[in-house]
Amino acid sequence: MTATVPPVAPVDKPRRVKRGSVIGNTGLYVSIGVAALLFLVPFYLIVRNALSTDPEITGENWKFFPTNPRWSNFTELFHDTTVDFGRSLFNSAVVAVLITVGTLLVCSLAGYGLARIPYRHANKIFYMVLGTLMVPPAVTFVPSFVLVSSLGWVDSYRGLVIPVLFSGFACFLFRQYFLGFPKELEEAARVDGLGYWGAYWRIVVPNSLNFFAAIATITFISGWNAFLWPLVIGQDPSAWTVQIALSSYMTNQVVNFHLIFMATAISILPLVFVFLFLQRWLVQGVAQTGIKG
Amino acid sequence: MSTTTTRGVARPASAQASPARPRRGLRGSSTFNFWLFTSPFLIGLTVFVYVPIGWSLWLSFFEARFTVTPSKFVGFDNYWQMLQDSKFTGSLVTFTVFAAFIVPATWALSLGLALLVNRLRFMKAFFRSVFFLPTACSYVAAALVWKMSMFSGVRFGLMNTILGWFGVENIAWLANPDPPWYWLVIVTLRLWLQAGFYMILFLAALQNIPPELYEAAAIDGAKPGWQTFRHITLPQLRATSTAVILLLVIAAYQAFDEFFNLLAKTTWGRPPLVELYYTALGESQDYGEGSAGAVILTLLILIVTLVQGKFLGFGRGDDK
Repeated sequence: MTATVPPVAPVDKPRRVKRGSVIGNTGLYVSIGVAALLFLVPFYLIVRNALSTDPEITGENWKFFPTNPRWSNFTELFHDTTVDFGRSLFNSAVVAVLITVGTLLVCSLAGYGLARIPYRHANKIFYMVLGTLMVPPAVTFVPSFVLVSSLGWVDSYRGLVIPVLFSGFACFLFRQYFLGFPKELEEAARVDGLGYWGAYWRIVVPNSLNFFAAIATITFISGWNAFLWPLVIGQDPSAWTVQIALSSYMTNQVVNFHLIFMATAISILPLVFVFLFLQRWLVQGVAQTGIKG
Repeated sequence: MSTTTTRGVARPASAQASPARPRRGLRGSSTFNFWLFTSPFLIGLTVFVYVPIGWSLWLSFFEARFTVTPSKFVGFDNYWQMLQDSKFTGSLVTFTVFAAFIVPATWALSLGLALLVNRLRFMKAFFRSVFFLPTACSYVAAALVWKMSMFSGVRFGLMNTILGWFGVENIAWLANPDPPWYWLVIVTLRLWLQAGFYMILFLAALQNIPPELYEAAAIDGAKPGWQTFRHITLPQLRATSTAVILLLVIAAYQAFDEFFNLLAKTTWGRPPLVELYYTALGESQDYGEGSAGAVILTLLILIVTLVQGKFLGFGRGDDK
């Protein structure tokens, strides 16, 4: 695209490069703009359908946007009795928050112990943790379900939360992170008479909040979006999470498009919030972990 | 745990490790502290990861229908049953087709987006957010939009509306396996949902390429564009590319959500996990065969991981 730079006319160089880059830039922004529009189409569909009436959605001609956006679909959804969407929303919030808090607590402690506290068998135990990474959690859902149901935890928060807390991957990430944590800080705490426990809570955790936030956002997202495990555990509608409720809309006999899409919109709203306002930590977390859920 | 017995052994070792630490009895012992920090996790890991895996292995050798405490040992029968079951082997074929589409497509799209976004001077953060945003959607929400609005088989679906403007008849995207339009639905869904995520990984890697390499290439007469991309960018991204491909293959193996929701009640397009779900938790509740299938699937994933790990060199440390 840019012309070869003539060796004898250095004055000409900046202008030519600039002109080439203007053309290149326009092409770049056009192509990226088109791609961005395509990526936004599903969001457009959600918003359009969520604020329409059913006749507007199923009408003869494509209606680009409802003439009078129906915000009342929101209240109608929560008064709908076929699926208790409010309940599922509450369940999802409780489950995702508990999973996030629990995973951070349990896995960070273990990661710190494996990284920093000398113990003869620490390496063997670390390999035991690494070994679980070889078996993807989605594949063990059959035996996990068998175990959880024999504990009587089906249809309960315990069953939805506890079995997913012990993520070998999160533990591994925390260990790697703590290995790089400056030792001097802890030694200073040690001199001040703090034990491992005190140093951990007063020095290590307050100085690692960025990393905790990154892991927290990723854990929250995968907890909120999880489908297979809640599907297996949440058999009674009272234990449904948002994802199960959405899934049930797709197989229901009665189809109320406007309510279904209002529900979809509400279900992704918390995560859109996370994406827009916590993106710094999220991007950091993704770059550090390279894996989701 | 057995802190009191190991205390005497651990003490001298820990005293060596950090001599600055004051002696404070049991609470200062590093063995005690090690278990204090790790035992909640390790107990949970044992109960909820190791026990299910072991139980599953055990079940896979028994005839276990409607029961999880079977008594009839059948050896490898469940495994032969699963391997001869056309549904299960068919699901492996489904996965292979799926992976053959989705892995190269996601790799190419996410790399392409990363290259575009990386060149932006203005609104870089905006475009990055737009492509990353679909990751916020669950597969269920996306499946709902794809099934009930975008690729709805009826006249008022978005795709059928657009095709209608060109005089094309309605297409039953999901309800008809022949021609297999459902692949288009499934692949576009996952592509849309995943591409931004891997784009972030590629962006991070692109920013780590030393600019001197490009300067050196320019001096050597390499033209910007394809030549520098082919000989500098692509080789520099090799570690990330391999990692991304490995993650994509593993993710494809575990595909469940969108297949389950898009193709509920159909008999076609079932990947392995959906098939296992119906085997173990469906009407037959055959935990023996379901467990055997899970073991087979785990072994397959393991083999793929190890083979790919040869190229990758185990771990992603080299990206940093």
